[in-house]
Amino acid sequence: MTSTPQRFFWPRLIGLALWLVLLTLLSLWMGAQVPRWLPVSASSAAPLVDGLFGFETAVATFVFVGVVSVMVWVMLFNRAEKYDISDAEPIEGNTTLEIIWTVIPLVLVMGIAAYTIQVNREIGLIGPMDHSHAPASSAAGASVPGGEVQVIARQWSWEFRYPVAGVSSTELHMPIDRRLGLQLESKDVIHGFYVPAFRLKQQVIPGRSITLFITPTREGRYRLRDSEYSGTWFAANQADVVVESEEAYQDWLRRASRLPLQPGLSEASREYAQQLSGERGSGYATIAPAPPPLVNVPGSNTLPHDG
Amino acid sequence: MTSTAGVDSRILKAPHPVPGAPDNWKRFFSFNTDAKVIGIQYIVTALLFLLVGGLLAMIMRGELITPEADLVDRTVYNGLYTMHGTIMLFLFIFPVLNGLNNLLIPCMIGAPDMAFPKLNAAAFWMVPVFGVILMASFLVPGGPASSGWWSYPPVSLQNPLGHLINGEALWILAVALSGISSIMGAVNFVTTILRMRAPGMTLGRMPIFCWTALSAQTIQLIGLPALTGGAVMLLFDLAVGTSFYRPEGGGDPVLYQHFFWFYSHPAVYVIILPVFGVFSELFPVYARKPLFGYPFVAGASLVIVGLSLIVWVHHMFPSGVPQWMRDVFMVTTMLIAVPTGIKVFAWLATLWGGKLRLNTAMLFALGGLFNFVFAGVTGIMLATVPVDIHVNNTYFVVGHFHYVIYGAATMGVYAAIYHWFPKFTGHMYYEGLGKLHFLLTFVGTNLNFFPMHPLGLMGMPRRVSSYDPEFAFWNVIASLGAFLLGVSIIPFLLNLVSSWVRGPKSPANPWNAIGLEWLLPSPPPAENFEEHVPTVISGPYGYGTGRPLVEHQDEIERALLQA
Repeated sequence: MTSTPQRFFWPRLIGLALWLVLLTLLSLWMGAQVPRWLPVSASSAAPLVDGLFGFETAVATFVFVGVVSVMVWVMLFNRAEKYDISDAEPIEGNTTLEIIWTVIPLVLVMGIAAYTIQVNREIGLIGPMDHSHAPASSAAGASVPGGEVQVIARQWSWEFRYPVAGVSSTELHMPIDRRLGLQLESKDVIHGFYVPAFRLKQQVIPGRSITLFITPTREGRYRLRDSEYSGTWFAANQADVVVESEEAYQDWLRRASRLPLQPGLSEASREYAQQLSGERGSGYATIAPAPPPLVNVPGSNTLPHDG
Repeated sequence: MTSTAGVDSRILKAPHPVPGAPDNWKRFFSFNTDAKVIGIQYIVTALLFLLVGGLLAMIMRGELITPEADLVDRTVYNGLYTMHGTIMLFLFIFPVLNGLNNLLIPCMIGAPDMAFPKLNAAAFWMVPVFGVILMASFLVPGGPASSGWWSYPPVSLQNPLGHLINGEALWILAVALSGISSIMGAVNFVTTILRMRAPGMTLGRMPIFCWTALSAQTIQLIGLPALTGGAVMLLFDLAVGTSFYRPEGGGDPVLYQHFFWFYSHPAVYVIILPVFGVFSELFPVYARKPLFGYPFVAGASLVIVGLSLIVWVHHMFPSGVPQWMRDVFMVTTMLIAVPTGIKVFAWLATLWGGKLRLNTAMLFALGGLFNFVFAGVTGIMLATVPVDIHVNNTYFVVGHFHYVIYGAATMGVYAAIYHWFPKFTGHMYYEGLGKLHFLLTFVGTNLNFFPMHPLGLMGMPRRVSSYDPEFAFWNVIASLGAFLLGVSIIPFLLNLVSSWVRGPKSPANPWNAIGLEWLLPSPPPAENFEEHVPTVISGPYGYGTGRPLVEHQDEIERALLQA
């Protein structure tokens, strides 16, 4: 390195500068690809999360490709000749370089952290990071202090109650462009309330009642998945979320309140019944699924969903 | 094999059997107190469990190659993924690293053995004991534990058959024994490193592998009591009806998450720090250059230890922790990137302008570094709360930590095994088979674990036995990668066994490396340097400087050549 003749200095510097420009362009391009990898963005929090992730993807690309290009360079151009057993030039360190590559990453990660705290605040203003740490005191059907919808997680079904309208369902309906509070409760183990299209996730913890505020921004049918391992039928514990206009939402509530109660959706109960009747094989012992909740609207969890 | 010609005379005179002595394979099945025997016992046991854990993983990937739960019952899948994680952590990666510690630490610092040889042997023999307990849980009514390797209550406390002896109870027992074994090992490693170094080997002249082992074992001593205490309370809740974590009795299930992650996040550094040590040892040897910035690389390990103990809540961002806590733990997590970055840049600077020799060990080290940097940048993404909230508990996390634990740690372990294989077996390995192993492992790792990132971003939760059809494409690729990884083990085992049995004899220092272990015969005699411990007069990695490492180095090297 230090033996590089002076006449190679400028070509090398120009080469390095060109490579950095290319790397930057590549990183920016990768950051712009992010929306293609994520589900549709359907809540007010989603664009903020996606923006942050795009920024991080660009930084990550720069770092990763930068490191790998050094590795590729040395593997191509710093190989020992076949019978060369001599050592390379002994450079044992350089304090200036050490300071540079301590300070730059430090500034970089603290910058990302500051940006993220800012995003946290923005999402926090919208609401979804709000928590209640008081144990659940409201009995079923009582007024819901934090939210309009009561979400009850069980092994293995999701039940959504609208106490004001007197409606219950195994399909979550939400009005678009309005901040809706969801009161999350679990009847047995920890579950996870996760709607990828909303980019939001919250553990549902037995003995606690946690309010999650969501503002849906796009009409459509989305998947709600249980994101915290909850036992045998964890994977089948999915429900659909329908985001619709305020009028359609109110209309749905009105029609639903007139429907008689019937068993809601529970894929776990269906499979368990098949096992009991011998239609389906079984494995180790399992907790039996809770009976499907009795609801006005079972809805669907098999229709095509947008995300 | 009965011929004693060419065997170092000190081996034949040793009071008890040592590696390299003819017809003494039986020593590996005994309560032997020689660290070099125990090291090989650890590594071989760990590799056997790697096969078991890998087989379980391949059944899981067989299930996940189609969206429906059709290959095995859901209960069986849940048991498989729980046991896969438990086996890979407690019966593969921790034991294999303790094996390297046993082989390398005494030789690298010029000690005759570990500080407490009987404690050392006892710590090892607990591994097969809890391994058998864990395997036996497949046979008890109700099947093995099936609540994941986190074993979060309340789901882990659900005991469908109500038996006192159940898979979950055996699982907790096995994990507790593993913890005790690790603490016994940690006491030994820390004491040995601090008290038994060769004359002249100050901490500032100690090889980086020993620095990283010291750091990692310090974490074990600080963190394991929290996990063990948390696990004992879990056992009480499960077996005798206490309510530490049961909400219906006033307990708090989130409390367990704190106990669990207070140890289990630092545990990742227990795994990766020694692998950083391996990288720091290997890059100078195969680049023929000193390690760039030795004091910074050594010090960064200690900074990582400190930070690793204050980041655990980043596993709990969606668990219902307040916003200030999310922000604080995000910042501490981010800070870990700085000492880690110092190490990565030091390795790159070591390679820069070197004279690289790309043998199997070096290829594994470079491949491991490649995967580690990828895992590092996704780690930064996971540290930021809003992104983590989206991908937490999805396949994105599964992809991230498999890049760490397989892509970086296990490949680093492979690098170490190849690099020091001639030293401790006395035989060279076959480069052709080794390079085939590298190629299959590198391609298999990326094919298996890369697709998990897009899956997680799309919203596929981890631990599912069935999934929506939109996830099928990347799952098929991942499964193919998993099967390729299964195949990659074949040339590895073939190489180990055939090289050990009939590989060419290894000289004392086949890689022309600098370090006390390379001033010993291959394999080293039972007590290493015995009473002739050389006096260290300079720091490690003096490649190209012409500095001798120890006093009378020429005479020692000449004697080794004549032996």
